[in-house]
Amino acid sequence: MRELKIFDKAVNVKRLLICLYVFLAGLLVADFFISKHGHFSWENAPEFYAVYGFLCYLALIVLAKALRRIIKRREDYYD
Amino acid sequence: MISGLPPALLFLAGAALVPLLPQRFKQAFMLALPLFALYLLYNTPLGTYWSFSFLDYQIVLMKLDRLSRVFAYIFLIISVIGFLFALKVEDDLQHSAALIYAGGALGVTLCGDWFSLYVYWEFMAVASTFLILARRTPAARAAALRYILVHLFGGLLLFAGIMLLLAGGGPIAIGALKLEGAAAWLIFLGIALNAAIPPLHPWLKDAYPEATPTGAVFLSAFTTKSAVYLMCRTFAGAEVLIWVGAIMTIFPIFYAVLENDIRRVLSYSLMNQVGYMMCGIGIGTTLAINGTVSHAFCHILYKALLFMAAGSVLTMTGRSRCTDLGGLYKTMPLTAVFCMVGSASISAFPLFSGFVSKSMIVSAAGLQHLTTIWFMLQFASVGVIDHAGIKVPYFTFFGHDSGIRASDPPWNMTWAMGIAAFFCLGIGIFPQPLYNILPFPVDYAPYTGAHVVGQLQLLLFGALAFVLLIYSGYYPAEIRAINLDFDWFYRKGGRAFYRLVDWGLGGINAASDRWLVNGATGAVNRFARQAPAIMSKLVLVPVWWLFKVRGWPLEQRKRALERGFARGALPVGVGALAAAVMLIVLYLLA
Repeated sequence: MRELKIFDKAVNVKRLLICLYVFLAGLLVADFFISKHGHFSWENAPEFYAVYGFLCYLALIVLAKALRRIIKRREDYYD
Repeated sequence: MISGLPPALLFLAGAALVPLLPQRFKQAFMLALPLFALYLLYNTPLGTYWSFSFLDYQIVLMKLDRLSRVFAYIFLIISVIGFLFALKVEDDLQHSAALIYAGGALGVTLCGDWFSLYVYWEFMAVASTFLILARRTPAARAAALRYILVHLFGGLLLFAGIMLLLAGGGPIAIGALKLEGAAAWLIFLGIALNAAIPPLHPWLKDAYPEATPTGAVFLSAFTTKSAVYLMCRTFAGAEVLIWVGAIMTIFPIFYAVLENDIRRVLSYSLMNQVGYMMCGIGIGTTLAINGTVSHAFCHILYKALLFMAAGSVLTMTGRSRCTDLGGLYKTMPLTAVFCMVGSASISAFPLFSGFVSKSMIVSAAGLQHLTTIWFMLQFASVGVIDHAGIKVPYFTFFGHDSGIRASDPPWNMTWAMGIAAFFCLGIGIFPQPLYNILPFPVDYAPYTGAHVVGQLQLLLFGALAFVLLIYSGYYPAEIRAINLDFDWFYRKGGRAFYRLVDWGLGGINAASDRWLVNGATGAVNRFARQAPAIMSKLVLVPVWWLFKVRGWPLEQRKRALERGFARGALPVGVGALAAAVMLIVLYLLA
């Protein structure tokens, strides 16, 4: 069976991440060149979605980890 | 007239034929049937067909309008894809059950009266159970039993609501209802259970991951989305749904972050997506309803695609837990690519289908200036990119190398995924054909600079947070564990609940136990004769009592109900029972 190994090399993973960072930087720049017509005033603030997306993600993970302490059970819990 | 032929009848007849056909012919038949139905539907003008009088009521088996047509289209498209995916499964039980199940969903969508709807509703409940049972593991059997009990209860709520509606002089024709009074609330709860609205949701994440690899594809499409259709039809603009829907988008994403089984992650993700639809129905403007319907259409495709990818992995490796998987892209590149198309679609990346549909619902919330709701929906969008956009493909196909070297699945499964992926991309790039078949004229442009850049920022800065968290080691590790959910109440804490059910619904419990486990036809007959009347009385008498119907009027109503059942309910139950008996026979023989 033929095997792909592209991500076995750390350098390829690094390249992928660099692509992501460059694209993100491009999005931050593009934000200043588009005409905004949001339903809410804050949608027109610079880089609103970037900040909100990043913060939401962090909040989701922090809260989920807290939730895990309460709801985690062994796999045979119901057996 | 053949062009008005209800596809449901076609599918039910097909289900009876499947076990009789030779294997080679069977495969062609299963693909040809939904394609033929699709062709018929395409050539059927909007209107009412197959309508007749029955006991003073007008039964309508086929009522095609702009709302029912778009749902019927997608149910037929996904049937074609689903049967292609399941083509090499050598198990008549699964094929027949899937056909009856799809037929039920098409019936619910296309029928015009409450009686027919209830019959099809029960067809769906019974047939879908066998797609879980057909996995033939102890866990699947237990999950199937819990599943059918919950859905019998939901069907009972719906049935009691319909009875109350008709008893109060309400119309037999399905139409918009005001959410007030016992009848409307019972119908609402019956639909809500099938839509998996919390806290009526745990059946979904309990049962779907236990279904067969191919069965889960059908399950992901029909039950919740036919409930979405019916909710659209009956309770559009019911404000409670705005909040219910928004909560429903958020609550499951926390579970999806923590869950280990991929198909369970996808199940929670399914609820999250239906949350958007419920919210859209609650908002109820033409933009919101268009958004809901188009989102249901796109969702069925990408969710089925994701379940097919997970099903392919399960079929080829025998595993579905994140802790057991990883690095599969090396030998399953096609599955990995298709899975990522599904992930990009559900995350609503520009050029993928979710982008052109979900944004209509979010925009509708913005237009109504529902500030809190808008923030909740955007938060949930970030949640989707985490669990469905990144987690599912990352932990399955990348992440740590599990050492498993399984190949891509057989051609039919690969093609089924490919076709679904093609639709996901096609709709994302050219949304106009989908917009053309929506219930209302569409005045919406998804591709504006602000929308594309905003959405990419929201998603990709979330992805950036993922990169930082996974490298810092803070991202919650996948662990072999389960997470408590509301089903705890009936699975564990609910010894008392079981006793209550046993005492309260003794008839249904004992009958369905014998019915499912032993397949004793005697029990089935008794159940059919008595249970509906008993069950309805159990629900209705307290409701009447609550509404201050006591003494002689109460007795009168009880008797009217019994008479109604003696006259009318047997034909109502017989179809679903015939299906059940057939499926039981197939289950026992295979």
